[in-house]
Amino acid sequence: MADPTRLHAHEMAALLRAGDLSARALTEAHLDAAERDNRALHAWLTIDRARALEEADAADARIVAARADGAAALARLPALLGIPVALKDLVSVAGGQCTAGSRILEGYRSPYDAHITERLREAGAVILGKTNMDEFAMGSSTEHSAFGPTANPWALDRVPGGSSGGSAVAVAAFHAPLSIGTDTGGSIRQPAALCGVVGMKPTYGRVSRYGIVAFASSLDQIGPFARDVRDAGALLHAIAGRDDRDSTSSPVPVPAALGNLPAGDDEAAATLRGKRFGMPREYFVAGMEPAVEARVREAVAALEAAGATVEDVSLPHTDYGLATYYIVAPAEASANLARYDGVRFGLQRRDGDVLANYLATRGAGFGDEVKRRVMLGTYALSAGYYDAYYLKAQKVRTLIKGDFDALWAQGFDALVAPTSPTVAFPFGARMDDPVAMYLSDACTLPVNMAGLPGVSVPCGLAEGLPVGLQLIGAAWSEAELLGLARGYEAITAGAAWRSLEPADLARAADPSTPAPGARAA
Amino acid sequence: MASLSRTDVEHVAHLARLGLSEAELQVFEGQLNHILDQYAILAELATDHIAPTAQTIELENILRDDVVRPSLLTAAVLANAPAHDGEFIVVPAILDER
Repeated sequence: MADPTRLHAHEMAALLRAGDLSARALTEAHLDAAERDNRALHAWLTIDRARALEEADAADARIVAARADGAAALARLPALLGIPVALKDLVSVAGGQCTAGSRILEGYRSPYDAHITERLREAGAVILGKTNMDEFAMGSSTEHSAFGPTANPWALDRVPGGSSGGSAVAVAAFHAPLSIGTDTGGSIRQPAALCGVVGMKPTYGRVSRYGIVAFASSLDQIGPFARDVRDAGALLHAIAGRDDRDSTSSPVPVPAALGNLPAGDDEAAATLRGKRFGMPREYFVAGMEPAVEARVREAVAALEAAGATVEDVSLPHTDYGLATYYIVAPAEASANLARYDGVRFGLQRRDGDVLANYLATRGAGFGDEVKRRVMLGTYALSAGYYDAYYLKAQKVRTLIKGDFDALWAQGFDALVAPTSPTVAFPFGARMDDPVAMYLSDACTLPVNMAGLPGVSVPCGLAEGLPVGLQLIGAAWSEAELLGLARGYEAITAGAAWRSLEPADLARAADPSTPAPGARAA
Repeated sequence: MASLSRTDVEHVAHLARLGLSEAELQVFEGQLNHILDQYAILAELATDHIAPTAQTIELENILRDDVVRPSLLTAAVLANAPAHDGEFIVVPAILDER
């Protein structure tokens, strides 16, 4: 048969159930691709072939047994049985490494599974390994990984976005049909846009964060990457829901529709008819690349042609989002990262007494961006400055959230906007200017501030590089939001750009192509 | 809003328990001040009568039943400790013997 890595997860699942493909063969094909490309792309920090093949064999055994028991038994098999999945290297897998992209966690082995790891096992998924990321999820390019950057398969001299860059690339480069990321200010949606895949940040509280390395606890949320909207919905359906071990996870029911988005393009397109979108004018920011804006406006025209209305709207406090986010997120990070003290786990550097050990361990273990944010956060929370910075930012956060609430009250079904103001940028372009790097997330971080779901779907290419369309919904509206995203996918199913694979995949597979670290330097 | 002097940067690094090199202190002084300049935009907004938002979903008083559950095994936790003695993690003395 043709290369199974090119299939969507729902297609793989059908072939597995029909007996036309084994989970072992499927897993091997993905492991081979991941290992072959890892020098040039560096999407993966660990690839666990032995464990993945064990899980694949277990899936095959279940499928064979179910087939012997008949159609009803096959229908009861979990949705992701035998489907390969990649995890961002901040998701705990018992016995495995979990670096969060940092030297300070090198050598640490998770003593337990994260909640989502348990859920993925229950769903029968095959975990291939752990993907590269900006250190502690702080960054928009994956260049802040302590283990070297990840390259974009569309152009190897460019970043994949971040912080979940490895997970985005693993899906874009056909190393896995599905992957997991986390999104604190855009870390799923922005790399999804820059790599040409689907990526969703669910509503704050939708997915339990038990067993995930924390960055900013009032903002962090876990979500899926996939190559189509249906697969993203199925993965979110598998991991969503209340968990007693994360008190911020919500008891709001998880709709079955998430795992059952329309398969047919006509049915999917019909959901757009009569829908009302708002297009926030503030998201077409200064510095936005004209070709990115052109693709987004074409997507808007396609939505209108399909029977939706798109109205110009305002989110008046958008311009305050960046400053607000870069107070709240570093403040919460400075508290969360206090646990890396070199005493109980991770790197330890001895330099005398307890205080000297702390200074030496944290000075040696954290990279530049983490140090910068811990410094910012410590300052914003310190005596005399708390009211001026952190409290002020929390009040502005109320205004930002209020902007969105006002639009939901007017009856909008969703907002439509660019995901990133630019396409993937070259290595090094924003590394010396933290504020320029922070601007990468100008269109995504207000959504985190308001706790809302947002999804980025591919909407074409600008000079050969992917552009993402962002859809933003009201809290808990993931199923409706993905339904609209599926509708957009359906009405553009025949577009020429949809059939293109990342342009540098062949170079990525060539063993003479240098590693991205060497190119970035 | 304030700007950070070199002494302030050293003080914040101490509060954050970050051992920074001379070169790092110098770079961070410039970069942190540049970032703080971006925060000045917030002063444009009158927020005296706005309630702060700490989190965005309305959950209150999340309690669970008081039932015994297994916790992590001591050996599994100690396996990650840089140094341990029996069931104890080894740390430098924090009190003088006087």
